[in-house]
Amino acid sequence: MWDYAKIAALGLLTLCAAIAANYARDAAYLVHAIIIMLAAGAAFVWSIRQIDEEKPAPEVATGYLDGVVRYGVIATTFWGVVGFLAGTYIAFQLAFPVLNFEWAQPYMNFGRLRPLHTSAVIFAFGGNALLATSFYVVQRTSAARLWGGNLAWFVFWGYNLFIVLAATGYLLGATQSKEYAEPEWYVDLWLTIVWVAYLMVFLGTILKRQEKHIYVANWFFLSFIVTVAMLHIVNNLSLPVSVFGAKSVQVFSGVQDAMTQWWYGHNAVGFFLTAGFLGMMYYFVPKQAERPVFSYKLSIIHFWALIFLYIWAGPHHLHYTALPDWASTLGMVFSIMLWMPSWGGMINGLMTLSGAWDKLRTDPIIRMMVVSVGFYGMSTFEGPMMSIKAVNSLSHYTDWTIGHVHSGALGWNGMITFGALYFLVPKLWKRERLYSMAAVNWHFWLATIGIVLYAASMWVTGIMEGLMWREVDANGFLVNSFADTVAAKFPMYVVRGLGGVMYLTGAIIMAANLYLTATRGEPKAETAAAAAPAE
Amino acid sequence: MDTYGLMRQFADSWMLLFLTLFFLGVIFWVFRPGSSKEQRDSANIIFRHEDSPAEDSSELNPKEVRE
Repeated sequence: MWDYAKIAALGLLTLCAAIAANYARDAAYLVHAIIIMLAAGAAFVWSIRQIDEEKPAPEVATGYLDGVVRYGVIATTFWGVVGFLAGTYIAFQLAFPVLNFEWAQPYMNFGRLRPLHTSAVIFAFGGNALLATSFYVVQRTSAARLWGGNLAWFVFWGYNLFIVLAATGYLLGATQSKEYAEPEWYVDLWLTIVWVAYLMVFLGTILKRQEKHIYVANWFFLSFIVTVAMLHIVNNLSLPVSVFGAKSVQVFSGVQDAMTQWWYGHNAVGFFLTAGFLGMMYYFVPKQAERPVFSYKLSIIHFWALIFLYIWAGPHHLHYTALPDWASTLGMVFSIMLWMPSWGGMINGLMTLSGAWDKLRTDPIIRMMVVSVGFYGMSTFEGPMMSIKAVNSLSHYTDWTIGHVHSGALGWNGMITFGALYFLVPKLWKRERLYSMAAVNWHFWLATIGIVLYAASMWVTGIMEGLMWREVDANGFLVNSFADTVAAKFPMYVVRGLGGVMYLTGAIIMAANLYLTATRGEPKAETAAAAAPAE
Repeated sequence: MDTYGLMRQFADSWMLLFLTLFFLGVIFWVFRPGSSKEQRDSANIIFRHEDSPAEDSSELNPKEVRE
């Protein structure tokens, strides 16, 4: 019965999408309607072909549901390479504007590719990594199969459909101009549905857990899911101009809108890129080090302090604007207080290796994780410093901010994800080990040197342009025009681009290594323990 | 009082107090006597059930288990 209802719903959705495509008022909406029509149509045909077929016995009704984790790992790797490629390309567009090709206008100019890059790395690469690792970790630490049957598959495919809609929308010019929240109203609605399903799967698994205690990684994952749901809904309150068009109008306006946006934006960093990835850290670092986390007490305090403080830090994005002074001071103070939980977490991650530091010499994966946690510490030191009003008056609107974001994103998020992928692939494809450890070493050094080039060049160019902007002569006139700063930044932009090339090369090596591990790696020897104990 | 003033006053007083006490409560709970043993057990959760769920749930499908 459920199967028939599903087919009817999919057929109806296909029809509605076709009608919407017919009435579409703009190119983005038209393409999206066609994408939805094709996706729903494909699911419709696939479901019809399954109907009334002899269902294979529920093969893995007991074991862990790892198929969706495998797909998540593949998607993470794929989107990672795509996102890094887009980033490297737009880095060179800034250095060499001629790369904004005339024949590709307006689709491939910097303004449209930049949100494509940020969304690809944060939501596609980072988001799929979070989906895959949270599904992997919650099952292992709850000793229970994912709740909700195929709902996890819906989350995976639904989330990736969201990514395709977002990316094509940017290229076609559909954006609501909110940083990290560019997708238009119907894409937001779709993500809301997917996210509720994600929360249900995750919470359902925790509720049926066989372990008494909820492991700390799951606390971090859960706070990430819940908070992102709240942020997403509030920041995307908007009224569509037409049901057949992409354009929508924000409900908030003026400084309220700005504050809502950066409350969202900063907590996208705080909960998506920090809390979620800390969930990864608290599972994969101890696993790879083969010893439990340094201090479980500290991990609990880390969690509560982090979520209590992060949510207030948003106003530091709006120093010296129409935002009331008290609000920006509040944001600054909370940002500085964030030093403590952030460094507590970093120390907890690093000290997990105490007594096993020798692994750093032999295991490039643990090295990656340690560098990742190190960058977490550095960027969470830099961030609060930049939130101080006096520092912000120099750093704001400069490339220092871009450098800060990337030391966090490339260093912390990227490296911990690479570490997790290297850990997961042999496990998920039942391989003895990775195809090539030498390749992991190459990846490690390329990525690390790439980040150093990136961050260092952005510090130099950011502080330089900040100083150039504020420089006045004896009569109080500004010394430099804006174009002067642009010209002065050229060498650093090239260095930054080269850093991106190195980071991208490392990621391609990783993708090849993971592919070869999955296809040609030495199969894991069957151990007696693999058979379940007979009561 | 207007809605903003009312909520602002509540946030500045009772809610602030509640959140502070909650946070202090968490710290006390973490360091409560006898917590270390439990936490040592919790920290080791990741080393159990690596390949398959706990046995309790697999009893639901005994056929699978015997294979």
